[in-house]
Amino acid sequence: MTLSMRAVSKSYGPLEVLRSIDLTVPLGQKLAIIGPSGSGKTTLLRLVMTLEKPDSGTIEVDGELLGARRVGDKLVPDDPKHLRSVRGKIGMVFQDFNLFPRMTALQNIMLAPIEVLGMTRAAAEARARELLGVVGLSEKTDEYPRKLSGGQQQRVAIARALAMQPEIMLFDEITSALDPELIGEVLRVVRKIARETSMTMLIVTHEMNFAKDISDRVIFMDGGRIVEDTGPETMFTNPTNERTRNFLRAVLDR
Amino acid sequence: MTFDFGFAQQILPTLVDGARITFIATVCGMTLALMGGLILAVVRMSQVRVLRWIGNAYVEFFRDTPLLIQLFFLFYVLPFWGITLPAIATGILGLGLNYSAYTAEIYRAGIESVPRGQWEVATALNLSSRTTWRRVVLPQAYPPVVPMFGNNLIGMFKDSMLLSTITVLELFAVTNDIGSTTYRYLEPFTLLGIIVLSLSLGGAWVVNTLSKRVAQAESTSRQPGH
Repeated sequence: MTLSMRAVSKSYGPLEVLRSIDLTVPLGQKLAIIGPSGSGKTTLLRLVMTLEKPDSGTIEVDGELLGARRVGDKLVPDDPKHLRSVRGKIGMVFQDFNLFPRMTALQNIMLAPIEVLGMTRAAAEARARELLGVVGLSEKTDEYPRKLSGGQQQRVAIARALAMQPEIMLFDEITSALDPELIGEVLRVVRKIARETSMTMLIVTHEMNFAKDISDRVIFMDGGRIVEDTGPETMFTNPTNERTRNFLRAVLDR
Repeated sequence: MTFDFGFAQQILPTLVDGARITFIATVCGMTLALMGGLILAVVRMSQVRVLRWIGNAYVEFFRDTPLLIQLFFLFYVLPFWGITLPAIATGILGLGLNYSAYTAEIYRAGIESVPRGQWEVATALNLSSRTTWRRVVLPQAYPPVVPMFGNNLIGMFKDSMLLSTITVLELFAVTNDIGSTTYRYLEPFTLLGIIVLSLSLGGAWVVNTLSKRVAQAESTSRQPGH
């Protein structure tokens, strides 16, 4: 599933968060996105998830426009049906987990496959149990989110996103809200998924070691622009851009 | 004037009949208001500006004009448009329309208490807006506002006495009738007070129990991690 962004810009009032971003992510690529806070990383993911609309520019998933359609030379908002068909290829895991509080772990995972994919209850449940196994939470199927630790909640959220069988998966700082001792278990799950699936993955993270060993490619963003775009080895050992060097020095020398 | 227990006993069945009408009007009116309010609340959060505008206009209109006038309008003007309803149905409709505006505000408070992340994850899971409302937002929006619905229920119960002005023989109407035909007011109005108070207290108890039960369900699903 190729994702491509062309000249995508986004501002909040006077603040330019993304400045004419061009980015193509080929099928199956694991792309890590790093950069200081406010550099536009999260906004980039939110645009791909259609949680925000770009002010200008286009986003395409396998050649199909996302959230917009062409009428003559103009772009107009997409009709909801087509939007949902394109959006169905994309999944996202959030910083704050956002589990449904009044559903058990199992119910959290089953909801969308039943309601959106039209799976039978039995099939959805079987799949949900399998996925809870993948994220190492087979014993927690009937627990409510409040009874789970942050790391466990995030792993349920990952399973929930996987249940929709997305072809592109977005991870938005998925360990930023976690206590340090819970980060490892979540990253291990994501590493495993990255190894074992052909999903295209966009991973926004502040965990530099994780970014380095999970990705095929890393982009460094600053001030709403992609400043450096290279392989993980080069990015972390020999970055060419001055700002990248300063950022990496600052975060790695903590 | 001394309280005549014999007379009180004699008029009690009539009052109970009136109370039955009052009870029915309140229950049906509240059911209407709960449905109407929900529809209004959703319409007021619509993407479509015209719908939002209509929803807001409705709420402002019904909150800012007296229920009494609304009832009179329904009762005396609707028949001119060929809509003739029994008085009790007109009354229930009036109560329902009026209280929809108030319950819509309560629903809104509940809906706004649902974190934005819940809407966002619904989008990320590609849920339809129907499913998002039905399975994600509303189940979280109800519990905190159940007590407010309770206040509305008691309010409507008291307001239902206004139905006497459009010829509905509810509790107040029959009480007043007894007074004006027998010239005895002490017994009927004392009994009225007792009936109203016990129904109000009963209603409050039901709502309290319900709130507690909802809160309990909430706390079993929301215990802190261990």
